Amino acid sequence: MSEDKIRVLVAKPGLDGHDRGAKVVARSLRDAGFEVIYTGIRQTPQMIAEAALQEDVDVVGLSILSGAHMTLCPKVVEMLRAQGQDDVIVLVGGIIPDEDVPRLREAGIDAIFGPGASTKEIGDFIRQAVAARNEA
Amino acid sequence: MGLLSRTRVTSQALAERVLSGDRLALARAITRVERERPDAHELLSALYPHTGRAHIIGVTGAPGTGKSSLVTALTQAYRAAGLTVGVVAIDPTSPFTGGALLGDRVRMRALSGDEGVFIRSMATRGSLGGLSKTTGDAVTILDAAGFDRIIVETVGVGQAEVAIASTAHTTLVVEAPGLGDEVQAIKAGILEIADILVVNKADRPGADRTIRALQLMLELEAGTPRQLHHHGQVVRLQAQLPAGKEGEWMVDVLKTVAINGQGVAGLRERIEAHRTWLHDSGAIVGRERIRIAHTLENIIRAELNRRIVASMPADGLDDIVDAVRRREVDPYRAADKLLTKF
Repeated sequence: MSEDKIRVLVAKPGLDGHDRGAKVVARSLRDAGFEVIYTGIRQTPQMIAEAALQEDVDVVGLSILSGAHMTLCPKVVEMLRAQGQDDVIVLVGGIIPDEDVPRLREAGIDAIFGPGASTKEIGDFIRQAVAARNEA
Repeated sequence: MGLLSRTRVTSQALAERVLSGDRLALARAITRVERERPDAHELLSALYPHTGRAHIIGVTGAPGTGKSSLVTALTQAYRAAGLTVGVVAIDPTSPFTGGALLGDRVRMRALSGDEGVFIRSMATRGSLGGLSKTTGDAVTILDAAGFDRIIVETVGVGQAEVAIASTAHTTLVVEAPGLGDEVQAIKAGILEIADILVVNKADRPGADRTIRALQLMLELEAGTPRQLHHHGQVVRLQAQLPAGKEGEWMVDVLKTVAINGQGVAGLRERIEAHRTWLHDSGAIVGRERIRIAHTLENIIRAELNRRIVASMPADGLDDIVDAVRRREVDPYRAADKLLTKF
C-alpha cells in the first residue's frame, strides 16, 4: 500500500505579479515529496477555493506580498469552510507584519511563514499538521 | 452543506452524493480511488452502472505543444455549445523525490468559476504510458457524475506513451511547429494512435511544413491497419468494416492557435464528427471493448501485485538477496521458490 501523497495548492492571491517566492516554494515542496498544484498569479479567493475543492488538497498555501493579506486570507478560509472543506490546512507565506499574525490565526490561518522561513520548516509543519488532522 | 469526512463516509453514501452532483463528494471520490483505499472498489462498483454516457477525448503530444491551452479552448467551445466538461490533467511525478509539480491549471484559469467544468490534476506516481494508474477510475467517476465530455490531457509524451488510446474514444495528437524533426513523431507510434492530428501554434513560422510532413506520414500510413501493441496485446483501433458501408475514419490534420481560439471550433466539430462516426459505424463497440479490456487488465494486475507483495516474507527480501549475493542460489530459482507460496 503506497503512502498517502499530501496534496498542496500553492496560490498567489491579489494583484501583484511577484510569483518568484511562490514558485520557489512550489518547487521545493515538490522536492520534499509533496504533490503541488500550482495555480499561478492573480487568483481571487473564489478561484483558490474552487481549485482547492476540485483538487481535494490537504493544504492551501497562499503567497502574499502585496499587503492585502488581511482581506484576502480570511476570505479564502471563509470560502473553503462554506463549501464544506473544514479540514483543509491553510498557510500564508510572504511579508506579514507581526501585529497582523494573531488576527490571521484567529481567522483560521494555521501557520504564517515570513521571508526567513526555510522550506524544510514549511514541509515539516505540513507533515505534522496533516498527521494531526488525520488522527483527529 | 454537511460534513464530508475524508474517511468516515461510506462508499455507498459517497457514491450517492457524487450522483446527486455534489462537487466536494466528486473530488473526495477521486481522492479515495487515487489513494487506493480498500473501499475504492466498492465506490467504483456503485458508480459504474451510471457510466457510459460521456464521450472521452484524449489529448496527447510532446511538451510545449500547448496541450493545456488547447484543452482550455476546447472546453470553452464545448461550454458555449451547452455541454459540461470534466478535465483530468496528468503531470509527471519526480522519480527522485516522489513529489510532483502539477501546473496545468495555470493555463486553465479562464475556466475558473464555471460550474459546468471540473478540473482535476493527477501525478503519474510512477506509471509509464503518459497516464497515472487511476486515471481511468477518475474518468469513471466524472462520467458517473454526469459530465458530457471528459478530456484527458496526458503528460508531455515523447514517443511511446500510448496508453491514452485505450482510455479515450477520440484521441488527439498535438504537434507544434519548430519542435524538431518530424521523424521524432513517427519513431514508435505516437501518430498511429491519433484519430485527429492537431498542429497547434499554427501562427508560427514552419507550421505549413509541419502540416505537410504530417500529411505525408498519413498518406504513407494509409491502408496499413492501425494496430497497437500494448501490454503484450494487439489492440486494433479501427474496426474492420464491410467495404462501402460507412467507410473508414479519415485521420486529418487540423490547424489551431489555442491562445486566440483560432481553429478550435473546427476542432470541436471534427471531434463530434468522430463521435458520430464511432456510433454510426459501430466502431464504438470496438473502442469500448479496448477500454474495458484495458481496465480489467489493470485491475487484475494491481490485485495480483497486491497479493504477491502480501505473500512476501514479512522481514522483506534481505535474506534472499544475500543468499543470491553469496551465489548460494540464482535469482530465477529464488523467485520461483517465493512464488510457489503464492
